[in-house]
Amino acid sequence: MATTMERGASRTRPARRLPTAWLGLVPFFAFTFLFIIAPVLYLVAGSFLNNEGQTTLQNYVDLTSENTQRSFLLSIEISVVTAIAGGIGGFLLAYAVIAGGLPRVLRTAMMTFCGVASNFAGVPLALAFLFTIGQLGIITVLLKNFGIDPYASGFTIYSKVGLEIVYLYFQLPLMVLIIAPAIDGLKPEWREAAENMGASSYDYWRRVALPILMPTILGSMILLFGNAFGAYATAYQLTSGTLPIVPVIIGAQIRGDVLHNPGLGYAMAMGMVVVMAVSIGLYTLLQRRAERWRR
Amino acid sequence: MTESAAFLELAHVRKTFGAFAAVHDFELAAHRGEFVSFLGPSGCGKTTTLRMIAGFEFPDEGSISLDGKEITRLPANRRNVGMVFQSYALFPNMTVASNVGFGMRIKKRPKDAIKKRVTELLQLINMPEKADKYPYQLSGGQQQRVALARALAIEPEVLLLDEPRSALDAKIRVALRKEIRSIQRQLGITTVYVTHDQEEALSLSDRVVVMSEGRIEQIGTPAEIYNTPATPFVASFVGTLNLLAARVVDAGAGRLTVEGQEVRAARPVTEAPNRGTVTLALRPEGIELGEGGGENRLRGTVEDVSFLGSIVRVRLSLGGDAMVSFDTFNDPGLAPPGIGEAVTVSFEPQASLVVGSGPAPEVDVVAEV
Amino acid sequence: MKRRRTTVAWWLVFLLGLLYFFIPLYATLDFSMRAKPPFAAYTNSFADPRFLESLLYSFVVGILTVVASLALIVPTAYWVHLKVPRARPIVEFVTLLPFVIPAIVLVFGLIRIYKEPPLPLTHTDLGSNALLVFAYVVLSLPYMYRAVDVGLRAIDIRTLTEAAQSMGAGWATILLRIILPNIRVALLSGAFLTVAIVIGEFTIASYLARPAFGPYLSLLGNSKAYEPAAVAVISFALTWLAMLIIAAIGRSSRTRVEIGGAH
Repeated sequence: MATTMERGASRTRPARRLPTAWLGLVPFFAFTFLFIIAPVLYLVAGSFLNNEGQTTLQNYVDLTSENTQRSFLLSIEISVVTAIAGGIGGFLLAYAVIAGGLPRVLRTAMMTFCGVASNFAGVPLALAFLFTIGQLGIITVLLKNFGIDPYASGFTIYSKVGLEIVYLYFQLPLMVLIIAPAIDGLKPEWREAAENMGASSYDYWRRVALPILMPTILGSMILLFGNAFGAYATAYQLTSGTLPIVPVIIGAQIRGDVLHNPGLGYAMAMGMVVVMAVSIGLYTLLQRRAERWRR
Repeated sequence: MTESAAFLELAHVRKTFGAFAAVHDFELAAHRGEFVSFLGPSGCGKTTTLRMIAGFEFPDEGSISLDGKEITRLPANRRNVGMVFQSYALFPNMTVASNVGFGMRIKKRPKDAIKKRVTELLQLINMPEKADKYPYQLSGGQQQRVALARALAIEPEVLLLDEPRSALDAKIRVALRKEIRSIQRQLGITTVYVTHDQEEALSLSDRVVVMSEGRIEQIGTPAEIYNTPATPFVASFVGTLNLLAARVVDAGAGRLTVEGQEVRAARPVTEAPNRGTVTLALRPEGIELGEGGGENRLRGTVEDVSFLGSIVRVRLSLGGDAMVSFDTFNDPGLAPPGIGEAVTVSFEPQASLVVGSGPAPEVDVVAEV
Repeated sequence: MKRRRTTVAWWLVFLLGLLYFFIPLYATLDFSMRAKPPFAAYTNSFADPRFLESLLYSFVVGILTVVASLALIVPTAYWVHLKVPRARPIVEFVTLLPFVIPAIVLVFGLIRIYKEPPLPLTHTDLGSNALLVFAYVVLSLPYMYRAVDVGLRAIDIRTLTEAAQSMGAGWATILLRIILPNIRVALLSGAFLTVAIVIGEFTIASYLARPAFGPYLSLLGNSKAYEPAAVAVISFALTWLAMLIIAAIGRSSRTRVEIGGAH
C-alpha cells in the first residue's frame, strides 16, 4: 500500500512537496543527532586527537598496547565463552521444552521465565550469585559440607570464570527466546521423511536438522557475544572494577583519566562500537539466510 | 493383473487417540503392483492408516505385513516403504539432487551409484535440469515430482502418497496424477494413494477403499464402487447420485413410493419391510426429460436450470425435501424447461439402486463441478 | 519405544536448567530471611528513606521516559507510515543503533558533550535528570519503536486520517484522539518493558550521579549484609510482575512482545 501511495505521490504532487514531508521527521532526527550521533561523533573525534589536541592515529596504535590488548582479549574471551556455552545450553533447553516430549505447559513457563530472566541482569543478578557461589553462598557452604572447598582450590566468584557463570543467567534465556521460533520451524515431516528413507536420529540431526538450524544458531551466538561484550553493570557490581574488561576500563576512564590518555579511552570506546556493529551485522546476515530456507 | 498372494496385508487394524477411535477394524489385502486408493472425507482415518503402514503411528490392535513379513512394530526407518508427504517435506537445505539421493547416502551407497540413480530418477520425472536447484526455487508441482523421485530412489516395496495439497492448480493436479500412475505402472510398484477426491480415486486406481469415520465402507474396483455402492455413504460420496427417501409398498415386487409417486426398483427390496423406508439412488445419466426414458415416471416442478455449455443441468423438486438433479444435452432447437414449470422425467428401473434402509443421508445432492 | 528413552534425556536437560535458574533466586530469598527476626531485612529496607525515594525516582523517570518516547516516536512512526515511507529504512536503522552503542559508551559520550557550555546539562540537577530521561529514551528506542510500528500496522491509518481530516481535525487531534487510542494496547507492552528496564538500570544512572534505584541497590550491596537480598527480592518480584502484565497484554491482543538483554 505504501509503494502505490508513493508512486501516486510522485505523479500527482509536484517534486517540491517531497522535502516538506520530510520536515515532519525533524524532531526525530534532531533527537537522534543530539543524543545518539553527537556523543558517538564526539568520541570518534576525540579518538583521533592526542593530549596536545593534534590529530593522530596514535590512539588506535595504542589499542594494541599490552594493557589494552589484555582488556580486549579478556572481554572477547568472556564473551566467546558465554556465547558458546549460552548458545549450546540455550539451544538444548529450548529444544527440550519445544520438541523434547515434555508437557506443553513447561514450554510456556520456560518462555515466560526467559522473558523475565533476560531482564534480571545487572546489580540484582550479581547480588544473587554472590548469595549463591560467593564465599558465604549457599552452594559454597553446601559443597563445604561435603568436604569440597572451591575457594580453597583457587576458585573465586570475583574472577573471569565467576563472571562467566553469572553472565550465563541472561545469555541462556536470550538464546532460548531467539532460537525457539527456528526450532518451531523444523517441520515434523522432515524428520518423518528422513526416517522414511532409513535415517537414524543421528542421521537426521547431522544431515537435516542441524544444517537447517545452523545459520540461526550461529547468528544467535554472535548476538550473545555482542550482548556479553557490552555488559557493564553486572561486572562492576560483582568485581568492583577489579576485572579489567573493556567496559570497566571505559567506566574508570569516565570517572578519571586512569589511562593517562583521554584519546585512548575514546579509541577503546570506538573499538567497542565496532565490535558491536560487526556482531549485529553478522547476525542480521545470518538471519536473512535462515529466512530464505524457511519458506 | 496376475492372481498373486497378498503383498501388503492389513488385518484387524485398530487405532485410537485417547477416547477417539481413528480407525476401526481395517482389513486390506493388496496385490503386488496394485494401485489402491483410500477415499473418504477428512477425518475418516485414511491418513492415519497410511501413517501406520509407513510406521509413523503404531496400531493398538491388528497386524500389518509386507511380502509375508510382519512389520507392525518395526520402526519407520527400518521399513522399506517410500512416502510422498502431503506437504512434500523436501529438505530445504539440500538441492534436488541431494534430496533425491538422501536415502542412498544414508545407506552408504557408493557415490557414482547414487549419481547414476539420481539422474535416472530425474529423467523419470522429467526434471533433469533442476538437479542443482533448491526446493524454494521450485513450483508446487515440481516439488511434488521431486518428492516422488525421492521416495522411489530407495527402491521401496510399497509407495505411499498422502493427498497432494489442494493449493495445486487443478490442471497441474490432473497432469501430475497421470504421470504418477504411468510411473507406477512402469515400475510395477504396489501403491497406496490417499485422497478425498473421488474423481481422482476412480480414475487412477485398480481398487478403491472407501472410508468414513474410521471404518471401511466398501472395497472394490472403481466400476464396482460406482455402479453398485454398498452403503448410502458410498452412494453419496462417490459419483453424483441423486438420493431420495422412498417408502416400501411391496418389497417382493420392488415397488416404492417417492413423495407419493410410485416407482419400481430393479429387484425385490431386501433392505426394509413393507412400509419401511429405504434410500433410492438415481443416476443422473439415467434420467430423461419427458416420458421416453423408461417405465418409471416422476412429476415435479423445475427449481433451477443451469446452462453449462454443452449440457443443461436441471434441478427438479418432487415435493417436500426431495430433489432430483439431471443433465440433458443442450439442443439448440429445443428450449430448456423454465423455472416453476411442471415436468415429468422418466428412467428405467436399472438406472436406480436401492441403497440401505432409512432416509437419505444429509449430503448435498447437487453435482460438484 | 525409542522416543521414551530420549525424552528422559530432555527431562534431565530441563531439570538442570531449572536448577541453574532457581538456585540463585532461592539463595537471594534465603539470605533475605536470615536477619533476626526473619523479615527484619525487609522492614529495615522500607524504613530506609532512600529505598522508597530511589524507587520512586526511578519509577517517575520511567514514566517520563515512556511519555517522552511516545511523544517522539508516535508522530514519527505515523509520519513515516503515512507520508514518507522511504524514510522507513533510515528510521529503522536508527532504532538499531542503541544495540550497537552499549550503555557505557553512550554515557561516556553524553557526559563529555554535555559537560561544557553551550549545553552544560550535567551541571544542574534538572539538566542531569533531563539527560537521564533522554538517555533512557535512546535505550528504549528499539522496543518502543517496534511496539508503535506493530500497533500502527494493525490499523488502517490512512483511512482513519482522511476520515478525521474530512471532519476538520488537525494533526494534533488526529494523533491524540484517534491514532493513540487505537494503538494503546500495543504501546502498553513497550511501556511496561521500558519502565522495568529503567527501574533496573545502573550504568547510566550511576555515571550521571542520579539518585536512582540501580545505584541505590549497588551501594546497599556494598555496605549491608541482608538488606541487599531483601531489596533484590523486591526487585525481582517487580520485574516478574511487569513481565506477567506484558504477557497478559500480549495474550489478549496478539501483538508481539519484545525481549530485553544484558545491562
